[in-house]
Amino acid sequence: MADLRDLYQEVILEHSRAPRNYREVKSADRKAEGYNPLCGDRFIVYLEMEGDLIRDIAFQGSGCAISKASASMMTQSLKGKTRSEAEKLFERFHEVVTGRARANGDPVELGKLAVFSGVSEFPTRVKCAILAWHTLQAALEGTQESVSTEG
Amino acid sequence: MTTVARLPWDHVPSPAREIVPGFDLERVRADFPILEQPAHGHRLVYLDNAATSHKPKAVLDAILGFYQHDNANIHRGVHYLSERATEEYETARKVVQAFLHAGRASEIIFVRSATEAINLVAQTYGRVQLGRGDEVLITAMEHHSNIVPWQLLCEEKQAKLRVAPINDRGELMVEEFERLLGSRTKIVAVGHVSNALGSVNPVAQLIRLAHARKIPVLIDGAQAVPHLAVNVADLDCDFYAFSGHKVYGPTGIGVLYGKAALLDAMPPYQGGGDMISSVTFQKTVYNKLPHKFEAGTPHLAGAVGLRAAIEYLNGLGLDTVAAYEHQLLTYATERVSEIPGVRLIGTASEKAAVLSFVMQGVHPHDIGTILDQQGIAIRTGHHCAQPVMERFGVDATARASIAFYNTKEEIDQLAAGIQKVREVFG
Repeated sequence: MADLRDLYQEVILEHSRAPRNYREVKSADRKAEGYNPLCGDRFIVYLEMEGDLIRDIAFQGSGCAISKASASMMTQSLKGKTRSEAEKLFERFHEVVTGRARANGDPVELGKLAVFSGVSEFPTRVKCAILAWHTLQAALEGTQESVSTEG
Repeated sequence: MTTVARLPWDHVPSPAREIVPGFDLERVRADFPILEQPAHGHRLVYLDNAATSHKPKAVLDAILGFYQHDNANIHRGVHYLSERATEEYETARKVVQAFLHAGRASEIIFVRSATEAINLVAQTYGRVQLGRGDEVLITAMEHHSNIVPWQLLCEEKQAKLRVAPINDRGELMVEEFERLLGSRTKIVAVGHVSNALGSVNPVAQLIRLAHARKIPVLIDGAQAVPHLAVNVADLDCDFYAFSGHKVYGPTGIGVLYGKAALLDAMPPYQGGGDMISSVTFQKTVYNKLPHKFEAGTPHLAGAVGLRAAIEYLNGLGLDTVAAYEHQLLTYATERVSEIPGVRLIGTASEKAAVLSFVMQGVHPHDIGTILDQQGIAIRTGHHCAQPVMERFGVDATARASIAFYNTKEEIDQLAAGIQKVREVFG
């Protein structure tokens, strides 16, 4: 039996209660919406790019603890990173939350994001953990319509 | 004396069990083998009955029995088995007729689900009757199945979908409903019981109001039929729809009741075998009711299973079931609403089987996961009723929905499970 504490780690609960970078970026040059209608999770991710560099990243919206904490911690880890660094981190994050790789012993450093490795024990919650990341990807790619990780 | 170790999910009867006279809960539970299994190491507590209900052994046996002994295609074979299969299928129709108190068996159309029944009416009756500027009236508590078919129709016909509002308790505002019945209203479609709120609509009154203006009424009974006795003759509704799988029968079978005069005048829904009496490339003559609306080989075993489910329910007694479920819902409402930070969504004075709630600072999805880890199955999300969520200013709710096989102990486990959510979230 999976332990609830593996999923609801203190760091995750803390970020869901007090999300970081929870604001609109007025100077954003890219933004995208992520929406999981079945859950009711909906986020907007704002990006301000300087060439390939993520100068500012923030988000707004509502959702479950996992999706909100994931969005919050994503913005923390990506500020000042390049687009390709962000994409690599997403790939790595995705592998870890889907249980295809373990959080430790890998060249790409997940850092604090490793707390989401418990999600892999809860397959129905993977879509929550990756919603903000898919939204980020949509913003980077300039996708107009809202993205979803359901279905 | 040897002691047998109890598994954690073993049923422990409580000494002061308050049971409705004539209702043997222990025996009823034994009829549902699926309930006898652990979930995440706990005894399964199934409180997602509004999504789909479980099937008693009688239904499983009937389906297996049909395929083992009676399987053949109907209405076309001259052989022994085909006759038997036809008889089984048509007997199922008569059982449904009696269950709904319909005047004739030919007024019972077998479909896939309540959803298909509503689409059938929208696409046949609706397409003929609606013109530009006409209106369809529904309510603010409908689920998507009783919204989208009408939206599609209104879009095609440039007609208007009007929505009667609900109050903060989740009750239909009947005066507003009446005000919206106008000279352009061509059909009213109302849920009997709301899947997201549990509200029971005063359908008899609504039908009288609509009929006073000669407007026909479709009742979506998907959530009502498992919990209350329905009498379409007394209600005088024009159409009544329900799904087999929510009333302890199989998936893939549902029913549309329609008044014969209306069904006769309606064009067919789908074309194919069984719905015709003669076909040439120049002209096809449609079959009589109910076959006109049952194109192709129907879900024979589904109808047989539905019959078994209805007979099982009749055996328990619908009034007995309703009384017991009412007791459980009242108890659940008390237990859940006393938990700090919990707000009930849907507090209508007439309710059936559904307890929707939200919790301060915790998203329903997280409630669902934490309960699931304790073996408790509920539904979280918008329950295919997004406008209801919007009405109450929430993205989603957690919904526990009960059936007669649920117990008071399970409600206690639900309450304890919600307390655990509080502990995790602090």
